[in-house]
Amino acid sequence: MIEFDNVSIRYSPDAPYVVDKVNLTVAEGEFILVVGGTGSGKSTLLGAINGLVPHFTGGVLTGDVRIDGRSTSTNRPRDLADLVGVVPQDPMASFVTDTVEEELAYTMECLGIAPAVMRRRVEETLDLLGLQELRQRPLRTLSGGQRQRAAIGAVLTAHPRVLVLDEPTSALDPGAAEEVLAALHRLVHDLGVTVVLAEHRLERVLQYADRIIALSSPGGPITIGSPADVMSTAPIAPPVVHLGRVAGWSPTPITVRDARRQASTLRQLLVGHVPPVRVVEQSTVAATTDHLEIHYGTTRALRSVSTTLHRGEVIALMGRNGAGKSTMLHSLVGMTKPTGGSIDIAGVQPSDVDGPELIRRVGLVPQEPADLLEAPTVAEECAASDKDAGCDPGRTRALLALLAPEIVDTTHPRDLSEGQRLLLVLSLVLAARPGVICLDEPTRGLDYSTKERLAGVISDLSSAGHTVIVATHDVELAADVASRVIILADGEIVADGSTADVITSSPMFAPQVAKILAPQPWLTVDQVRQALAQDSA
Amino acid sequence: MTAPTVTSGTSHATVPNLARDDRARWLHPLAWWAWALGVAVAASMTTNPLLLLGLITCTAVVVDRRRSDAPWARSFGFFLRLALIVVAFRLVAQILFVAPMGTTVLLELPGITLPSWLAGIRLGGTLMLEPALHALYEGLRLAAIIVAVGAASSLASPHRLLKSIPAAVYEVGVSVVVATTFLPQLASDVARIRANRRLRGRTDSGLRGVGGTVMPVLHGAMDRSIALAAAMDSRGYGRSATVSRARSRLTATVFIVGLAAIAIGTYGVLGTGSVATWGAGILITGVVCVVVGVSLAGRRSLRTRYRPNTWHRPDVLTALAGGVVAATFVIASVQDPAGMNPSTSPPLWPTLPVLALIGLGAVLAPAYLTPPPPSVGPATDLDPATVDLAGRDES
Repeated sequence: MIEFDNVSIRYSPDAPYVVDKVNLTVAEGEFILVVGGTGSGKSTLLGAINGLVPHFTGGVLTGDVRIDGRSTSTNRPRDLADLVGVVPQDPMASFVTDTVEEELAYTMECLGIAPAVMRRRVEETLDLLGLQELRQRPLRTLSGGQRQRAAIGAVLTAHPRVLVLDEPTSALDPGAAEEVLAALHRLVHDLGVTVVLAEHRLERVLQYADRIIALSSPGGPITIGSPADVMSTAPIAPPVVHLGRVAGWSPTPITVRDARRQASTLRQLLVGHVPPVRVVEQSTVAATTDHLEIHYGTTRALRSVSTTLHRGEVIALMGRNGAGKSTMLHSLVGMTKPTGGSIDIAGVQPSDVDGPELIRRVGLVPQEPADLLEAPTVAEECAASDKDAGCDPGRTRALLALLAPEIVDTTHPRDLSEGQRLLLVLSLVLAARPGVICLDEPTRGLDYSTKERLAGVISDLSSAGHTVIVATHDVELAADVASRVIILADGEIVADGSTADVITSSPMFAPQVAKILAPQPWLTVDQVRQALAQDSA
Repeated sequence: MTAPTVTSGTSHATVPNLARDDRARWLHPLAWWAWALGVAVAASMTTNPLLLLGLITCTAVVVDRRRSDAPWARSFGFFLRLALIVVAFRLVAQILFVAPMGTTVLLELPGITLPSWLAGIRLGGTLMLEPALHALYEGLRLAAIIVAVGAASSLASPHRLLKSIPAAVYEVGVSVVVATTFLPQLASDVARIRANRRLRGRTDSGLRGVGGTVMPVLHGAMDRSIALAAAMDSRGYGRSATVSRARSRLTATVFIVGLAAIAIGTYGVLGTGSVATWGAGILITGVVCVVVGVSLAGRRSLRTRYRPNTWHRPDVLTALAGGVVAATFVIASVQDPAGMNPSTSPPLWPTLPVLALIGLGAVLAPAYLTPPPPSVGPATDLDPATVDLAGRDES
């Protein structure tokens, strides 16, 4: 279905190759997973499938890409629209019309499909993706998972033979991600659609893949093979694979089910061991909320939230898309004024103060860190931050050097990778030494190595006495760094307790290691590795 | 287009749960615009404050009854406020700048007369009833027209209106719509980024504050436009049917000849005598050529339309109601000029011409003759400044 014949791509004639001499054949009805670090050329590879690279992006492509025998050198993306459906990373940016139903029809309208056929296909697609209830809804009012399904539906109505998706679950909560992946699984099995999908969160998608394309670095060698083969050696792997390596299992487990079958001996080995738990002494109060209420018009975003945050705690704020996590963080930095109740951070209500008074108490790295950046170079950005925080010149730069030593002064902040930009904004926020630091969905779009680095930074901050609150969908991150987990649902706290207690008791929020070793309360591969090391020592 | 008769009018029979009311469907957008145009024409025919208030009230009742819960339907409040501002501005301008005429003193204000090198304009002074009334009536007339336009734009989705545009100019229409959906997004970006400046401890508003938001906003806008363009391309936007060379040459020729004829014809029409007659002939020929050109070009487009707008009895009746409103007011203004334009000097209590009252009834008719609009889902009644902050949680 998809053939890459000795394909090399670079964005200008003298630039290095992003994709170098790739040969690849994908059969009809295969589910292909593309993995690789940030900037390893995943998006370029995906873009080449329907000709967006190079027709739309510019650049030079040598070799030949053929989809069902049609070469992208002579077919523009619009000419392949009946054959290849592309779901971009941010579905909201790709919507052309007002409502779900019209969006589903848009591709067909462009292809000139007869009205009677359109009507039938829209109904079929609404059913297939469970969108019936949403057909008249304006796209702007949909939740993240609904948007993603609408975006998939919008390309499916044209009956493409190939579906290309770029990180379809990165912005979704675990439940919504399951929904989207289940829909894709059904397409592959029922309709024989070929799916090519890029994703950082391997723990979510690995079990669905028939084959994996692993990219190492731009222009570097690529590995293609079955998930078990590729995962046995790949540096980028989900916790289930790492656990398999630690325990020495063969073949490498890909799914929780595989791993559980082999886990009985490991569980026996671990009997008598207690997972090392990060205990934070809840002595110094850093912030409290008292019956906090936030309303937007008739919507009650937060309902009577009362909680106390202590120094040194790392709190993972979890819950569905739209549960009120971001609202909670926004109210902590005073961007949203409480409708009722109160917040107290070091003696003040955050919405009553601003300027240095505010940022010395509490800081927030927003979901789009780039929103805070305005200077043309990293150095100027740091200098501006020193001024804002009223601290000694050079402090922000020094912090950045600690967090991300490889960043160069003269770089434009927009040219940094997603992870580097996050760390830059984090150092801007840290310059004022806030006691409470909020991170809104920080691991979105980050690869495993950057995530590990972020986890290290968060642990260091907590040891230094900061209180860190992370709103996240990423259960593995929560298991890794959090000492306490708060789960919000419809603006109310439904669970609040130590990480091990809260997340192991919920099938939705349990990390892979906990699922494999249940009923024992292990959360991360590191805990298991340490326990085994004690044994052998 | 062999089956355009599969209409949205019958759709609710095959698709249950479309909305709470089984009759619910979208009215043809042009029907609403025709109705609103009728109201606007009627308003422009009169300065009778009772009639104008009647027009505004009836229009508002129709909007209230037939407005959907879609985002575009919320714009009516904005138009109402705009209408109020217009009336207020007209009154204030009258009080401040216009020389007092009339006999009935309403109010004594301190006033000055500017020196002659400033054209001797009078500011303030005695406020007379007659000119104030005149200003109020004029302001009301403008307000009624604004409310009519606002009603149409909140009752009919701009995107659905686009579907009634001929295929050849569709592409132009799409770019307009993309631009119009882009602007609200830009506004919410600005609001979000301005709110985020707080996180860096910035308190400065005003010009410096604006400077800081320009870069991130423009970067975001740029990224989004590129993403949208790429998405449209990969979904087949701009695909065209293969057309023979001769055919596309014919299309181009007809177009150019038509445009030239229109230019020459217009020039001629402005002349006198036989030149004007010739000019009119050429002008009409030009218009015909352009219409043919557009329809020829339209065949190049592959596009088909999903659920094209269709006319049913309520749609026709609504459009007709607009016609009736306009007609009654026009006839009334000929028959009873004094009733339609009540005297302000001397100020007389306005009367109500019977014919115009019938017109008011026609304005109200669509509120009861048309089916309700389908529900588009739970209303998200959020403050625009915080919508995106809250909405971010969902994205």
